[in-house]
Amino acid sequence: MSRSIRTRWAVPAVVGALALAGCAGAGSTSGGTASPSGGSAAPGGTVVLVTHDSFALPDALISQFESDTGLTLDVRAQGDAGAMVNQLVLTKDAPIGDAVFGIDNTFASRAVDAGVLAPYQATLPDSAKQYTVGDSGELTPIDVGDVCVNADLEWFSKHDLAVPSTLEDLTKPEYKGLLAVENPATSSPGLAFLLATVGAFGADGWQGYWQELVANDVQVASSWSDAYYVDFSGPSSDGDKPLVVSYASSPPDEVPDGATSAPTTALLNTCFRQVEYAGVLAGAANPDGAKKVVDWLLSPAVQAAIPESMYMYPVDSSVALPTSWTKYAPLATKPFSVSPAEITAHRDDWIQAWTSLVVG
Amino acid sequence: MTGLGVRDLVVLYRDDDGSVATAVDHLDLDVATGEVVALLGPSGSGKSSLLRAVAGLEPAASGRIGWDGVDLAGVPTHRRGFGLMFQDGQLFGHRDVAGNVAFGLQMQRMPARERATRVSELLGLVGLGGFEHRAISTLSGGERQRVALARSLAPGPRLLLLDEPLSALDRALRERLADDVRAALLATGTTALFVTHDHDEAFAVADRIAVMDAGRLLQVDAPALLWQAPATRRVAEFLGYEAFAPVDAPVAAVLGSGLAVPVGTVAGRSWSDGTSDAVLAVGPGSLETAADGPLAGEVRSAGFRRGVIELGVVVEGLGAVTVVERSAGRTGAADLPRAGTTVRLRPVVGGVARIG
Amino acid sequence: MVLWALAAGLPLAFLGLFFVLPVVGLVGRGFVTDGSLDLSGFAEVMSRPRTWRILELTVGQATVGTAIAVLLGIPGAHLLYRTRFRGQALLRALVAVPFVLPTIVVGVAFRSVLSGHGPLAFLGWDGTFAGVVAALVFFNYTVVVRTVGAFWTGLDPRGEQAARALGASPARAFWSVTLPALVPAIASAASIVFLFCATAFGVVLVLGGVGYGTVETEIWVQTTQFLDLRAASVLSVVQLVVVTASLWVAGRARRRREQALSRVPESRPVLALRGPDARGGDRLAVAVTAAVVVLLLGLPMVTLLLRSLRTRDGWGLGNYRALGVRGFGLGASGWEAAATSLRVAVDATLIAVVVAGLVALVASRRPRSRGLRRAVGTMDAVMMLPLGVSAVTVGFGILVTLNHPFGLAVDLRTSPMLLPIAQAVVAVPLVVRTVLPVLRAIDSRLHEAAAVLGASPARVLRHVDWPVAARSLGLAVGLAFAVSLGEFGATSFLVRPSAPTLPVLIYRLIGRPGADNLGTAMAASVLLAALTAVVMALAERLRGDTGGDV
Repeated sequence: MSRSIRTRWAVPAVVGALALAGCAGAGSTSGGTASPSGGSAAPGGTVVLVTHDSFALPDALISQFESDTGLTLDVRAQGDAGAMVNQLVLTKDAPIGDAVFGIDNTFASRAVDAGVLAPYQATLPDSAKQYTVGDSGELTPIDVGDVCVNADLEWFSKHDLAVPSTLEDLTKPEYKGLLAVENPATSSPGLAFLLATVGAFGADGWQGYWQELVANDVQVASSWSDAYYVDFSGPSSDGDKPLVVSYASSPPDEVPDGATSAPTTALLNTCFRQVEYAGVLAGAANPDGAKKVVDWLLSPAVQAAIPESMYMYPVDSSVALPTSWTKYAPLATKPFSVSPAEITAHRDDWIQAWTSLVVG
Repeated sequence: MTGLGVRDLVVLYRDDDGSVATAVDHLDLDVATGEVVALLGPSGSGKSSLLRAVAGLEPAASGRIGWDGVDLAGVPTHRRGFGLMFQDGQLFGHRDVAGNVAFGLQMQRMPARERATRVSELLGLVGLGGFEHRAISTLSGGERQRVALARSLAPGPRLLLLDEPLSALDRALRERLADDVRAALLATGTTALFVTHDHDEAFAVADRIAVMDAGRLLQVDAPALLWQAPATRRVAEFLGYEAFAPVDAPVAAVLGSGLAVPVGTVAGRSWSDGTSDAVLAVGPGSLETAADGPLAGEVRSAGFRRGVIELGVVVEGLGAVTVVERSAGRTGAADLPRAGTTVRLRPVVGGVARIG
Repeated sequence: MVLWALAAGLPLAFLGLFFVLPVVGLVGRGFVTDGSLDLSGFAEVMSRPRTWRILELTVGQATVGTAIAVLLGIPGAHLLYRTRFRGQALLRALVAVPFVLPTIVVGVAFRSVLSGHGPLAFLGWDGTFAGVVAALVFFNYTVVVRTVGAFWTGLDPRGEQAARALGASPARAFWSVTLPALVPAIASAASIVFLFCATAFGVVLVLGGVGYGTVETEIWVQTTQFLDLRAASVLSVVQLVVVTASLWVAGRARRRREQALSRVPESRPVLALRGPDARGGDRLAVAVTAAVVVLLLGLPMVTLLLRSLRTRDGWGLGNYRALGVRGFGLGASGWEAAATSLRVAVDATLIAVVVAGLVALVASRRPRSRGLRRAVGTMDAVMMLPLGVSAVTVGFGILVTLNHPFGLAVDLRTSPMLLPIAQAVVAVPLVVRTVLPVLRAIDSRLHEAAAVLGASPARVLRHVDWPVAARSLGLAVGLAFAVSLGEFGATSFLVRPSAPTLPVLIYRLIGRPGADNLGTAMAASVLLAALTAVVMALAERLRGDTGGDV
């Protein structure tokens, strides 16, 4: 009986303790946040940056920005890039932030067409000018990356097979059953690879190419991590496919400490270039702050931090890359491309056509 | 008017399927302060509904329930100051014995020290001294009911309602506990309304007995009076009387010697002799065998029961009656009168009742 | 009466604001074109063969997944809650772990077992219906074990004993006496599991392979990738219909059986598989449960554990050491993320327990008026809906509707409290389902006994309902905590990048290339699993398992 009496008191005590801890928790999470409509936390107010869930930058850079501008930077991640853009479209009459980062070239036109963004002409480095979207500078390119087929070099040398090089190679009989790709409906590298084939074979030819891939037993996974960590045979995974759709930036992370060559490589003739943009949201409560955020993202310090924080290449080619990147992760010289406007016009059709083609 | 006053009370009983039955039908009842009244009736007669209405657990469809002349309509259960003891105790399993008994005191915000004293005092009263820290699950059925009684008495309710508190127990325990309940009620001076379907229990506990049937009260009287002068044949039957004879029937002249007060008054009530519709009632214990008895009966059955012998006898001009006699050393079936034999019988003084 | 209205009103307002309003707001958008109602989307979407295939798969996977979880869970509930053996507490905590593991990690672990060189690759389940169902059972097994077990613990064994005395074989007695008595708890568990299975997202995506879609994944694709709100809204309505229908069926099964059962002190005999006390039923339960624990739960978890110990330099604790490092650009170290998860979970649990406690309390009453009684029954069902609606719909709906709702001077879309609130919305139905059967089983005369002893309704709650409910509350708190710890869907929309929760951190890690990242993700998953197991074990202790005959 004494046990049950102790229990009787234990429960309220624990709930009480939870309550106290909970309040403490709420306090610490709400600390330093203010409403996006220009709070009073810092002299210059707050600026809210809406971004996707892969956004990351070192704390020191953020503090530097805050002390330089007197603004408080409030970063809000809203799911993946697609989900983020669609949320911005849905909330454009009452925007949930001031600036946005992470709209990629597959969603760029949708965002511009929906009127989510306010014009802002940032000063662009020369290397960035080729990527501009929107007539009045609605989107400012910040970083780029290539989605390419990655190959497990050890596997190929062990099986005494030449490493493929082009998209066409992948349909050859000697590479039957060796490639894993991602579903373009659920994965952004999957969509990028689909677009690479559209860029390579044209709006009319890509389906024929995919028929050959299917005939060559292409494996489809739902997400990048699924394809890369389960299906791929690379050093950090257990799978049996030596070819996988991944990023040009993937190989450096597979290099063991002290090694002089990479066990995997990106096939640079199979790449689609992704570009990530920033912009000022239309109807922002703090448009000036938003412009400062866009400028900051283009600043050399942030550009230099992008590779190791977000696995993308700075759009400013004058910024030095980490040595492992220059060594193991070069960008494609001639990536395939499809214009943002064309992507927006056709992406749903292409994905549906791909689905009926590959999935049946 | 002190104590409980129930006037013209109607309680409806709603079934799950939505049908409505009248459980208590325009009923009047008074219980004076300090009095113990037993509510006696067959199952389904509405006793429990009446009790629950008095406790405030069941709404009254019409009529009035008052205490010391104050209407209790709108007073919620917990403010009525009444206690209620259930048939199956309904003890709080998560509290020990002391915790159960102390519950009402805790509700009255009695200081812990006083509470402990009062709890031991009550546990002593119900014969469970030293049981304070026992878990409920370790108690026997009888012990549980004693705890329930102590718990009900502890807050000193102005009226204690007992809903068949002993009927889940075995017979021997029931009889012993009935006396203990009576003693406890008297010792604490508690006013009580005691629901039961067992008349032995009612007679053992109550100052007055109210006989209830089909939602109405048939008779409210002191036990002795109720026994000797049931108001109606239905009451008499419920009390166990088996055979009836009009006062002007030939057999009544013989039976008249069994009346407690042959003709005239009983407990201040007078009845006139010769009323044509008056009836004499005979039951177990009304007749005894005697070699020179004035009545003759034919034995139909004979058997031992709880140390006595019970004979089923058909008396001429009266009908089937149970005759009880001491076993007096007889042990086997061979010692019993055989069926078909004739026995002589005489009325026991005080054993015959008169209706009307 | 006023108090009861408040008790019912608070949860309804909570759910109305944070669930109904957003969902209706978003779904409404799908049906409005140029300011007028347009229901043509129904005909269009429902005429697609794909829609029907998806619907069929959704109902199919949920039905099969639920049936298997229940079949396997009942022996588990018996073993873990109706017998006693050494290591039982540990096993109880262990089976609860899968419930909170992030689906993405489970996906990787499961596929590692089922595909390529995995130990169960010979089954050929990779990318099949069977694989998805196996994963659904993996996640939901504990729901059945706990819900049924908690109820079974207090079930009077004398019914079964009476049947045995009347000549029934143990199997017969179980079948004709015990099983029917367990129906309310089984129906409760089944309805929750069905909802989880019908709305499963990550598992289906990872394990189902391409072409395998459910209503949930389709809503996600249509909303986040195509922004086709019309199609998403139609599918949301379809999902609601399926969910409501399943709740209705479960509710009927439950109501038919739910009555004030006599609750008894726990009688848990020591488990004996040999000797005179051995029971055939126990042996069967041990065999089934051992198979489930080893094959279904154990293999993926062991895979996870092994992978967390594998580093680039061979076996070691390097990945665990990496949890202490704030990875570049991850926003937090593993330990910091764990601390954030715990803080948010405390808030979420608190909210969930208060809201769900009130719901269970109101729903456990049987008002005199039939209308009210029906209303109470409906409230009970309505509270289950959050389990059956897509997190995407709620997440997007919040953005669309909670900007100064009802003219309030707050932008709820960006309030930091939204994260624990969203998690609480998901946890509430679970807590209700755990506490409600226990409250309903309290004899109403116990309330009356307290009332006549002078206890006001509030004190009846405090002294009668609370002590009884508190014991199931321990379980409920554990479940709510676990849900919050593992929640990813809504969290990914609401969390701050600078303060990720553990699942969000894991998701970020596993989205990056390299053995180090994968290893750290696996180590973080093991940490999450360990946290869950500890929380569950603590909650278990709160229950206390002696006491009276309530």
